[in-house]
Amino acid sequence: MSLFLRLLWRNRLASLGGGVITVIVLLALVTPLLPLQHPDVTDTAHRFLFPFSKGYLLGTDQLGRDLLSRLLWGTRLSLAVGVVAALAAGIVGSGVGMIAGYAGGRSDNVIMRAVDMLMAFPYVLLALAIVAALGPGLMNALIAVAAVNVPFFARNIRGITLGLAGREFVDAARLSGKGHIRIILTELLPNVLPVIVVAMSTTVGWMILETAGLSFLGLGAQPPQADLGGMLGQARSAMITSPHTSVVPGVMIFLIVMSVNLLGDGVRDALDPRLRSGALSRPRAATEVARRGPVPSPEMAPADALLAVQALEIQFHVGGRVYRAVNGVDLAVKPGECLGVIGESGSGKSVTALSIMGLVASPPGVITGGAVRYRGEDLIGAPYARLRDLRGESVAYIFQDPQATLHPLYRIGDQLAEAIRAHHPVSRAEARARAVQLLRDVRIPNPEGRVDDYPHEMSGGMRQRVGIAMALANDPDVIIADEPTTALDVTVQAQILSLLDDLRRDRGLAIVFITHDFGVVAQLCDRVAVMYAGQIVETGPTAEILATPAHPYTRRLIACVPELGGGRRELAAIPGLPPSVDALPEGCAFAARCDKAAPACREARIDMTGTGPRAVRCLYPEEAFA
Amino acid sequence: MTEALRVSNLSKTFPRSRGLFARARPGVRALRPVSFAVETGETLGIVGESGCGKSTFARMLVGLLPASGGEIVIEGRRLDTADPARFGKMIQYVFQDPISSLNPRKTIRQIMEAPLRRLHGMGRAARAARIAEIFDSVHLRPDFLDRYPHEFSGGQAQRIGIARALAAAPRILVLDEPVSALDVSVQAQVLNLLARLKAEFGLTYLFISHDLAVIEAVSDRVLVLYFGAVVEIGRAESIFKHPRHPYTRLLADSAPVVGRPLRAPEQRGSELPDPLDPPPGCAFAGRCPRATDLCQTEEPPLRPMGEDQLAACHRPLED
Repeated sequence: MSLFLRLLWRNRLASLGGGVITVIVLLALVTPLLPLQHPDVTDTAHRFLFPFSKGYLLGTDQLGRDLLSRLLWGTRLSLAVGVVAALAAGIVGSGVGMIAGYAGGRSDNVIMRAVDMLMAFPYVLLALAIVAALGPGLMNALIAVAAVNVPFFARNIRGITLGLAGREFVDAARLSGKGHIRIILTELLPNVLPVIVVAMSTTVGWMILETAGLSFLGLGAQPPQADLGGMLGQARSAMITSPHTSVVPGVMIFLIVMSVNLLGDGVRDALDPRLRSGALSRPRAATEVARRGPVPSPEMAPADALLAVQALEIQFHVGGRVYRAVNGVDLAVKPGECLGVIGESGSGKSVTALSIMGLVASPPGVITGGAVRYRGEDLIGAPYARLRDLRGESVAYIFQDPQATLHPLYRIGDQLAEAIRAHHPVSRAEARARAVQLLRDVRIPNPEGRVDDYPHEMSGGMRQRVGIAMALANDPDVIIADEPTTALDVTVQAQILSLLDDLRRDRGLAIVFITHDFGVVAQLCDRVAVMYAGQIVETGPTAEILATPAHPYTRRLIACVPELGGGRRELAAIPGLPPSVDALPEGCAFAARCDKAAPACREARIDMTGTGPRAVRCLYPEEAFA
Repeated sequence: MTEALRVSNLSKTFPRSRGLFARARPGVRALRPVSFAVETGETLGIVGESGCGKSTFARMLVGLLPASGGEIVIEGRRLDTADPARFGKMIQYVFQDPISSLNPRKTIRQIMEAPLRRLHGMGRAARAARIAEIFDSVHLRPDFLDRYPHEFSGGQAQRIGIARALAAAPRILVLDEPVSALDVSVQAQVLNLLARLKAEFGLTYLFISHDLAVIEAVSDRVLVLYFGAVVEIGRAESIFKHPRHPYTRLLADSAPVVGRPLRAPEQRGSELPDPLDPPPGCAFAGRCPRATDLCQTEEPPLRPMGEDQLAACHRPLED
């Protein structure tokens, strides 16, 4: 709640609107207590007095009634009508929308087509028709305005309910014995309520305007009752001679509607979780760099490395918190080599991979230290034009979810051709020919036929092959594969892995393979780096690490992996959870879960130790490590 | 040993929408008739790849989806209407995604109380005592009760999901990929908890997973689904070592195993048959290296092969 108010306050226009509407509402509330003349008392001797006349602060109207008094009473009435109409439309519309969205199928269809019919009429005509049928009067105008706005709520809320009704917690509620009505009221409503509130706050202004419109036409409030639209309507005949009689209610309508809309927009922006998380603030084209301390020299990296990551540090700055996602990671790959980076969720493996080409979203991501060297050139802080030249051309990515990486509205052939033409000035026909060849390279059967498919026409495995084909499009030197087989079935996974293996042998590709699966690492990777809480805790040749893990975390993680052929058994587990990266402990991050931890482990940062290809970040490595 | 669950000829066909004037078209057969029985205290593992019908099958078992045919009998009582409230006391469901199975706007206490109140009609004091008891057995701290789902890690949320399922005091739990959204080090915590709960409450499990190693570690018997049909049933310790059906063998060969060299177990297209136009014979024939003309034309029935093993194959594998 306090976060909501803070966000709202930060939006200057919204707070201005909030201030104005608060003053107006307060005035409307205290109107009966103020020493005002009765709004309906006529005094024909003092008609059309101008503002600031004696005894009449805002002057008088055509019947000599006090304008200030009529304005305040009118505002009171208009606000009340607007709010009640919004509530009525909100409740009825949301109810209809939730029932339609939850029931789905035929009931949904029938309800929503009825709502569509309501929407097919221009709303003013519809409101006029309703009032014509019911007869003029403020109450009938209110009903008309509410009815006209029901479809807006119904459609809005139905869409959201439809998404929620398919969620697993609704199934869980049904299994808990809840009936349909109870599910709608106790499971769905709390989730839809913020949307209803936001929709109402943005429509109250419209409701006031529409009621004023009906009153202006003489169909709403009936004389002598004062409401803003009615005042305006009665004053229009004296518009030229006594403009103040129409300006006064006009300005009030303007102030109310403007302030309500500004406030409503602010409420929406502050409540919508997507807007709040900054999803609509577009990330920059390259990750922000704010390196503290010296840049590691190129000599520190292995001489034959094609791509080297040196002492990389990445933080996420969210609100006042600092999440230290990556804390000094060193990696290197040679041509033709496959390096596995293994770790659990939150270990920083994906962030490391994305940072290589400056793809970590900023804000909130910041690279705070280290270097990424491609053929010796430091890419951190490199100009965006340089990064763009390299992205896809020299270093390409394969992501986990091919469904999300491929554009759903373009044919895959066009997407492949676009990837080629982004870097090479070739003709469309040539790009297409290469796209077909790429599909053949990743063993898609009948590539000439499938090049014109849309992504949804392919299976998950086929889509991931297209993802790989796109990564290969410009013949890169390095491929960074971020969990490329996690979303796939095992039989498909085996095919994709063997494809990647063949490609790297045939083309001398260097692959950085990010995964959480030891089985995959064992089959594909030459070397492996194990990550935990943003650090590499152990690195070395895959076979050696799997046979004789040196870090207690590696050993116990391997023990957790169930293997086919082991039979029915109790599985090993690591008690506890990894530390949160916004509160990393002083020394070894694994100490809290480690059965070998000693006081020295918790004192200071522990460095990598080891000779040759193997290194471990542990004071008390397993005995097998010599 | 008593029978906890018997399923006879359970099948599901989804109707296809038809045009205004078009004739009704045959529906999509998501699950061909399936029959099997599970004994009390047994864990039946169900494996299959995406699109094989395992989720459809699981949802029918708990009454979330009405069956098109066949019957479900739990401890001698026939449940033929898809009414989760009636099924709820007998059979409960643990969802794959622990976070999305908990309503984000309800406290854990409200979530836990729903089955106690709706299914068992317990009073306030009785509910509190029962929740404390269940939380104790799944190793969750009582102060979690007043928090909201987003405050929990995946492993904790999954234990809450298990606690919610147990609150209904069911005889059978359907576990739909209960650990595939969890990290390896946490996965084992949940699996071991499930094993202990089973012994403690005398439960029967139907354990659905795509991970053969996990299935093998927890199951007594395993049922392999392919394209909506059971292709093989057998004891967990032998079915992957001595598969009779070529598809089971393909699955076993595809699982990444440390120390086994990398090779693609099949080079032919791995596409599933089109569900709108299913092949006349064995659904696997198009991918099967042993397929003959008979396989292309006639659907093989499930028949016994060796002891405790059944497979639906015209040309089963020999040892």
